[in-house]
Amino acid sequence: MNIVMFLAPFSLALGLVALAAFWWTLRAGQYDDPAGDAARILADDPADRPKT
Amino acid sequence: MALTHDAPRADLGAFLKPRGDGRSSLDLLVPDVRCAGCMSKIEREIQALSGVVSARLNLTHKRLTVEFAGASGDAAGVVTALARLGYPATPYDPGQAQAALDRDGRRLVLALAVAGFGVMNTMMFSVPIWAGLFGQELGPATRTVMMWFSGAVGAPCALYAGMPFFRSAWRSLKARRANMDVPISIGVILTLAISFSETILGGRDAYFDAAVSLLFLLLIGRWLEHRLRARASSAAADLLALQAPTATVLAADDTLSARPLADVRPGDRLLLRPGERVPVDSRVLSGTSELDNSLLTGETAPVMVGIAGVCHAGALNLSGTLRVVAMARSEDSAIAAIARLVESGAQSKSRYVRLADKAAAIYVPVVHTIALLTFAGGWALGLGPREALIRAVAVLIVTCPCALGLAVPAVQITASSRLFRRGVLVKSGAALERLAEVDHVVFDKTGVLTLGRPRLIDPMARTLAMAAPLARASRHPLACAIAEAAGSGPLAAEVTEQPGQGVEGVIDGRRARLGRAAFLGVASAGSETELWFGYEGDIRIRFHFADSLRADAAATVAELIAHGCEVEVLSGDLEGPVNRAADAVGISARRAGCTPQDKADRIDDLTRAGRKVLMVGDGLNDAGAMAKAHAAMAPGTALEASQNAADLVFSGEHLGSVVMALDVARSARRRALENFGFAALYNALAAPAAILGLVNPFVAAIAMSGSSLVVTLNALRTGARR
Repeated sequence: MNIVMFLAPFSLALGLVALAAFWWTLRAGQYDDPAGDAARILADDPADRPKT
Repeated sequence: MALTHDAPRADLGAFLKPRGDGRSSLDLLVPDVRCAGCMSKIEREIQALSGVVSARLNLTHKRLTVEFAGASGDAAGVVTALARLGYPATPYDPGQAQAALDRDGRRLVLALAVAGFGVMNTMMFSVPIWAGLFGQELGPATRTVMMWFSGAVGAPCALYAGMPFFRSAWRSLKARRANMDVPISIGVILTLAISFSETILGGRDAYFDAAVSLLFLLLIGRWLEHRLRARASSAAADLLALQAPTATVLAADDTLSARPLADVRPGDRLLLRPGERVPVDSRVLSGTSELDNSLLTGETAPVMVGIAGVCHAGALNLSGTLRVVAMARSEDSAIAAIARLVESGAQSKSRYVRLADKAAAIYVPVVHTIALLTFAGGWALGLGPREALIRAVAVLIVTCPCALGLAVPAVQITASSRLFRRGVLVKSGAALERLAEVDHVVFDKTGVLTLGRPRLIDPMARTLAMAAPLARASRHPLACAIAEAAGSGPLAAEVTEQPGQGVEGVIDGRRARLGRAAFLGVASAGSETELWFGYEGDIRIRFHFADSLRADAAATVAELIAHGCEVEVLSGDLEGPVNRAADAVGISARRAGCTPQDKADRIDDLTRAGRKVLMVGDGLNDAGAMAKAHAAMAPGTALEASQNAADLVFSGEHLGSVVMALDVARSARRRALENFGFAALYNALAAPAAILGLVNPFVAAIAMSGSSLVVTLNALRTGARR
C-alpha cells in the first residue's frame, strides 16, 4: 500500500509533464501548418530552412 | 489614344503591417503552392530579396508571411518576384475576426487536453474502485483513499475543462433562456458535489471520472463545430481576398498606389484598367470604356461610359483605361439599399431554431423532471435523502447529453468535409440544416444558369483564323472569346486599342480592325452582342456571341425536379435571353426584368406560401433575395456581397454542385435525426435503470462512452454514397 502512495503521485506528475509539453507545442504554434511541416522534413539543404 | 496594358507597378505599402520592434511584415495569399519544392523555392528566393529578413510559407493555408528589416519594405517587389517564379499572390489582411477565432480554438484544444489528462488519470484510480464493485477485495479505507485521489485529479480538471460550458450557460441564463449548456453545467457541478460528499461520508459511489469524461466527449463535439466554422471562414476570406482586394489610387503627382478598399475615401482619384472591377461608386474623369453590369443588374449587354459617366461598384471594366473620382466609400457604394435587404433577411434567418436546440428544448425539462421525481419519490418511499439524491444524480449522469452534443456536430463536420473536397464551401452547420429542408429552388440566370461570359456562336474556322491575331492582342472579353476559340497562333503587329471601339493592327502586312460596328464603318441593326472584323478596304465579317449555359444546367434542373423541388428563374435581364435560357434548361416558371426588390419580394411571397426556398445567385441584385431565402448558394465567381449573403459557395463550372449539396444536406439531416433517435432510445433504457438504483459508476462510464461512439460512427456514414 505504501508503494501506491508514492507511485500514484509519481504517475500523476508524469501525466502533468505530458500535459505541459502539449501546452507548450500548442503555444509554439506547432499545429499551425501540418502540411508545411510534413514537407519541410524533405528539404535536405539546411539553407532551405527559413532564417529565424 | 493608344494604350498598352502593361500598367506600371502599383505600390502595395498600405498592406505592410508595422510591428513593435521597428520591423514590418506583409501577409500574402499564394493560392498556387502545392508541394515542398514550391515552398523551399519561394522561401529561398524571397529571402534573397534585399530588405527581407525572413519569409515563411504556411503550406496548409497557402499564406506567405514576409518580414522586412525596416518600417517600410518593397512589398510590390515581393509580389513581382513571386509572379516571376510563377506564383500569383494577393495581399491579404488576416483581420481581427480570424485572430479571435484562432484564440477560441486554442482555448478549446487546451480544455480538451486537460479533460483528456483528467479522464485518463481519474480512471487510474477508478479501476481499483470498479474492481471493488465486483467483489474483489478492497477495504473501505483503501477505497476512500482512491476516491480522494480521484477527486483531487478529477475535480480541478472538470472545473477547468467545463469553463466553456459554464460561461455559455451563465450568459444564456442572464438572457433568461436555457440552452444545452445549462443542464450540462448543472449536471457536472451536482456530480462533483455529490461525489465529494460521498467521499467524505465514506460512501460507495463517486462519479469524478464520469464528470470529466462527459466533458471530454462534449468538448470533442464543440471542437468539431469550431473546426467547421474556422475552416469555412478562412476559405471564404481567401475567396474574397482573391477577388478585388484593392483599388489603384492616383496621387496628385500621378504615382500609383494600391490601397485596401476600406481605405478609399470620396474624392480619391482612381485608375481603372480593363479587366478590373469598379471598386467604389465613382464618376469618370477621363477615358471611355464599356462596363459589364451583369453582376449588378443581370443585364448581359455592356454599357458605354464616357467623361462624367457614373460607374457603380462591382461593374467590370471591359475595354478602356478610365480615370475616375470616388464618390462614396466602399460600405456606402450603390448597395445601401441592397445592404438593407440583406440585413432584414439575416434577421429572419437568425430566428431559425437549430436541430440541437430543438432537441434540447424537449430533453432539458424531461430529464430534469425525472431527476427531481426520482429524488422526491425515492425519499417519500423511504430510501432516505442521501440514497435518493445519489439516484437522482445517477439519472442526470446516465442521461448525459454527450450523445446529443456529438450527434449534430459530428454529422455536420463529416458532411461539410465531403462537400469541401468536391469544391462546395459550407459557411455554417445551420446552413446545412436549412438546405436540407428546401423544396423550391430559384435560379438567377446570368452567371448561374449561364457561365456569365460570352462565347462565340457558330464560328467558321477560316474567318476565325483571320481575326485571331488581332483578338489575341486584346483583353476585351469578346476578343478573348475569339482568341480562346481559335487557340494559340501568331500575334498581329503594331496593335493599338481604341477604348470602347476596338483594336487595330497589322496582320501579314495588311492593316485590319476588330471591334464595334461603328469602328469598322458598318451599320449594325442587331441588339445582340457582336464584334466585326475586316481588312482595310475588304469585306466585313460579323462574329456574334451569347452567354453560354453551364454544360450540366439542364441535367441539374431535371434532377432537382426529381428530388421533389419546384424550379424557377428570376432574372434582371431582358425577356428574350431569359426565355431562351429557361427553355433550354427546361424551366417553365420564369420572370424577366426583375429589380433587386422584385426578387426579394418574390422570395417573400414564396415563403409566405409555406415554401422553403433555395436561392442560387451571384449578383448584387440577388443579394437581398439570397438573404431572405431559407438557404442560399453562390458560385465562387460571385461578388463579395452575394458570397456574404450565401450559406454555401461552390467553385468550378458545374451547377450539379447544387444537387450534390442538397443530397449531402438531406443525408446529414437523416443521420442527425437517427442519432437523436438513438440517444432517446438509450435514455429510455438508462433512466429507469438509474431510478431503480441499478447504475453504479462503472455502468455509467461504459454507457456514456458507448453511446457517444455509436453516434459518431453513425455520423461517418453521412453522404458516403455519392
